[in-house]
Amino acid sequence: MGLIQRGAVGDRRNFLAGAGVVTLGIGAIGMTTARADAADRPSNDVGVIQTALAIEHEGIAAYRIAGKSGLLSASTLKVALTFMGHHQQHRDSLAKLVTQMGGHPVQPKTDADYIADLKLGTLKSESDIVALATTLERGAASAYIGQINALKDPQIARLFGSISADEAVHWTTLNNAAGTPIPAAAYLFA
Amino acid sequence: MRPSLSLALRLSTAATAGVLALVIAARPGIAADDAAAGQALFKTKCTACHSVDADRIGPRLQNVVGRPVASVPTYSYSPALKKLGGGWTPARLDQWLSGTQKMAPGSKMFLQVDDPAQRRLIVAYLQSVSEPSGLAAKK
Repeated sequence: MGLIQRGAVGDRRNFLAGAGVVTLGIGAIGMTTARADAADRPSNDVGVIQTALAIEHEGIAAYRIAGKSGLLSASTLKVALTFMGHHQQHRDSLAKLVTQMGGHPVQPKTDADYIADLKLGTLKSESDIVALATTLERGAASAYIGQINALKDPQIARLFGSISADEAVHWTTLNNAAGTPIPAAAYLFA
Repeated sequence: MRPSLSLALRLSTAATAGVLALVIAARPGIAADDAAAGQALFKTKCTACHSVDADRIGPRLQNVVGRPVASVPTYSYSPALKKLGGGWTPARLDQWLSGTQKMAPGSKMFLQVDDPAQRRLIVAYLQSVSEPSGLAAKK
């Protein structure tokens, strides 16, 4: 690497370090305000988790039923089953939390319900399935982020952020597989 | 992935957009651009739980503008929403999206849309998939 290139990297690191301080500062102000608001209101955390759990149940069912359809190629099926495994792990974490908080985890609907709700019977090709999964994953990523402010427990908020990132990876993978351009505007799930 | 998949999806998207534009253009009082932008927002923010024509985690939203609150017979509403009463007007949907727990504490929906411009577009889309009669006409 030449001197000029090394200097450029050093400058960029300094710039990023400085930007990080500013960003963290602004973020901390916002989070403090949000947490202060959260402290003033009754906890809805169990209800928020139950909604997320219902979303996970639906995602698991969609991948499982689509996986058995015979419409997916071996490589796509492998990815679908990996994503289903992620959703099962999300489900287990969320159900455990509900139980720990004294609630009864919401149960999945029947396969017949999911087939009707998501119109899975109308899917005729791999591209149909990928399109549906892309829509569901994008919605899930957005839903997790959109409900963080409703949570009182910061640890659960952190879990929601982590799950949202998983859903965003799923969406990105499917979106790229379909050849759909990444949106030009930032804050894709805001 | 295979080119055929990519092409099929692009053609499908284009066809859907064309059909939507025709449907929206037929709705009086709703700007087609607003409804189309609202549909895009709906896909991002709402489709984890809602479909237009099927009950999922949340109730179906076709004809939501103009119908009484908690009135889809095939959906199991929370007691909080059943108590709310009244009907869904565009203004009331805007209020709902700005804070569901403020409007009906204990209801099942927790997601809120903070940006008034985004709420307006989502409501425009919901109007576009609702019958133009009834409460929808009364802002």
